[in-house]
Amino acid sequence: MIPQPKGAADIVLDDVAFTYEDMHMLFDVTMKAGGIISVMGASGSGKSTLLNLIAGFERPDSGRVLIGGADVTDMPPSARPVSMVFQENNLFAHLTVEQNVGLGRSPALRLTDADRVEISDALARTGLAGKEKRLPRELSGGERQRVALARVLVRDRPVLLLDEPFASLGPGLREDMVDLVMAVHAERGMTVVFVTHQPEDARRIGGNLLFLEHGRVVAEGKTATFFGKDGPEAFQRYMGTGGASA
Amino acid sequence: MSTSIEPPPRFAHTASRHGLFYPPHKREGRVGDSRIAAGVIALVAIAVLIGGAFVGLILEGINDLSGAIAAFDGYLFRVARFTLWQALLSTSLSVIPALFVARALSRHPSFRGRGLILRLFAVPLALPAIVVALGVLALYGRAGYFAGLLSQISGEGWPGIYGLSGILVAHVFFNLPLATRLFLEALNTVPADQWRLASQLGMGARAGFRLIEWPALRASLPGVAGLVFMLCITSFTIVLTLGGGPRATTLEVAIYQSLRFDFDPARAVALTLLQIVLTMAVVAALMRLGANVTGDANLSVVPRRHIPISRGGTALDALLIALALAFVAGPMLATIFSGLEADLARLAGEAAVRRAAATSLILACLSALLCVALTAALTMARRALALKRGANGPRALLERMTDTGAGFVLVVPPIVIGAGWFVLLRHAGDVFALAPVMVVTVNAVMAMPFALRAVRPAYDAASERHERLCAQLGVAGWNRLRLIEWPVLRRPLSTGFAFAMALSLGDLGVIALFGSDSVQTLPYLLLARMGSYRTADAAGIALFLGILCLALMALADRLGKETAR
Repeated sequence: MIPQPKGAADIVLDDVAFTYEDMHMLFDVTMKAGGIISVMGASGSGKSTLLNLIAGFERPDSGRVLIGGADVTDMPPSARPVSMVFQENNLFAHLTVEQNVGLGRSPALRLTDADRVEISDALARTGLAGKEKRLPRELSGGERQRVALARVLVRDRPVLLLDEPFASLGPGLREDMVDLVMAVHAERGMTVVFVTHQPEDARRIGGNLLFLEHGRVVAEGKTATFFGKDGPEAFQRYMGTGGASA
Repeated sequence: MSTSIEPPPRFAHTASRHGLFYPPHKREGRVGDSRIAAGVIALVAIAVLIGGAFVGLILEGINDLSGAIAAFDGYLFRVARFTLWQALLSTSLSVIPALFVARALSRHPSFRGRGLILRLFAVPLALPAIVVALGVLALYGRAGYFAGLLSQISGEGWPGIYGLSGILVAHVFFNLPLATRLFLEALNTVPADQWRLASQLGMGARAGFRLIEWPALRASLPGVAGLVFMLCITSFTIVLTLGGGPRATTLEVAIYQSLRFDFDPARAVALTLLQIVLTMAVVAALMRLGANVTGDANLSVVPRRHIPISRGGTALDALLIALALAFVAGPMLATIFSGLEADLARLAGEAAVRRAAATSLILACLSALLCVALTAALTMARRALALKRGANGPRALLERMTDTGAGFVLVVPPIVIGAGWFVLLRHAGDVFALAPVMVVTVNAVMAMPFALRAVRPAYDAASERHERLCAQLGVAGWNRLRLIEWPVLRRPLSTGFAFAMALSLGDLGVIALFGSDSVQTLPYLLLARMGSYRTADAAGIALFLGILCLALMALADRLGKETAR
């Protein structure tokens, strides 16, 4: 076993092939344990599929997915050391905030007192103190995603996948949420993979960046490099500005 | 390297794989497996019920092959001919007037009482056939409310309405309102822009009918007519109670008579075979026409401006609507009045009535429970199979069976299933002791296609939102049922439950075959009272039964609408 930072796991997609309708995707990429990686690319370039393959919602046609050195290719999503936050539908509409977070601790929703303390602690840290008994419909869009992040804290898994979770939020709110993700990352040190359409989100987060085109990783490296003068050509073409001014 | 990976076995993950990371909860199966298993169990149960009946029929046919062949005699073909003839007449008499009534209603989208008329037109479908039969007799029978008037008109004693005329009146009572609602729905799909264009172009009523209304009606005509025809050739209760003697008997009633009275299983097998061939032919024709076999009468009432209608046209429309209304309301009112004339207090105190009411309610509850359990299992299995397949793959046989396959139970009339089990089990002991099991299971399966329509959309929509989240959090099996599915499915399942219960409560199909003095339901008791000419008693029971079924149907409707919101 490779030594890793506490609470993190590296992610390896080893020649993972996947076909969706007419699109043939092939991922062969390693994401460092404890890193924070933004994934960008045009719509339909395979960003979400990449996350779904890691999370286990899609199964590769061939190749292997390894997390923390263990082969998880055949594992169901719930057995993988992964939490994922979706763009929407992260919460069950008929369950309270507390119950929604509690499901991250026990899928049977049988919670001990210790669990409850931890849940309310997680809610406090995501800025939702006092909203334990609310239903999702009584929350704003941003608050609903905060509940999802609180559940991530409670689940405490070594990999966090974010699939454009803040796409429907306004710019100011999105900044706050990105900061919250960074705080969570700083605290737990998990490996974070963040799919986004917004260049400013990726820049704010820093770390590394994967750029996808037609189901392939066409460029990877430091996020700062991407947005600098010497950024990869494909990325500059996508940004349409020569990169630097985005 | 590109090693191809074996498709994962059902419970692929092992303890050693788990090793490192997971803890709070220990094991969860491949998501969806328990749902598929539930669906398979449901399908097997349905297959046993229907297959068992066929085994019974086939064994009996082989046992007494010469008898079964000999049963294809002149009588049998006369019965088959009458079955088709009455269905054809009933369909024509229901569908053709319905075209005009629907047009009249659509031409006047907002007059006082229109909503009430449409709601009244939904009532016949919710009424048990035996209640309707009694209502028709109370109105047009030899001692009915109209007997005096009809005697004066005809100049001699009114003979009553038994026979073909009675069957036709009852079938039209059921199907004219149904066809009207379906045609009205078709007319409502005409885009408002077409009407605006028509009035701008100065189309008159006649041109409007020819160019706009008729094309819409014609498109839905085959489907509606096919549905009504199907309902009429499988009609049992109406023909049993209103048909008279061997001249007015349909295949289903002949099956019943051959088992209950003549005890001639070979003939029953021959009749059943013919009935199955007939229904299959009709359903095959319907499928080609793209009709919806389960029928649908949801209405969107869209008030719309039309091309101008002349004064004469309006009067004609009013007359048409009034006639249809009188025809539909008549038997209902007759049921109420004759029911109130009965000695209701004595009836309510009678032990036989109480026992039958209790039996009916218990059997209907069990049947409804079974129905919603089957429905939920099939719905979940279908969804789980569709998800497992993904967007690309072809649909496997199992998925197709949980989907359209479930609707095919309607092809097999309850009497046929009952007859099959009757001949299969008659050697095994007391057939009549099986009455409760047969009533519960057959009615549950018959109500299932309707319940599916209430449950499936709600479940699929919820699954759309919840699937990945559940997979991610490991909420599966019982936990998922309890925490996630139940809150979503509670209402649509209640709709299905109320509907199935109403259907089972009013049914006089299976119980007619299996009923006895020891197991009586309300419809069976009603039939017995009619048979012994205790008409007032029968009317009282019919009133009670009718109100009960209507209340359940109204409840189902209400719950369904709240779900849709």
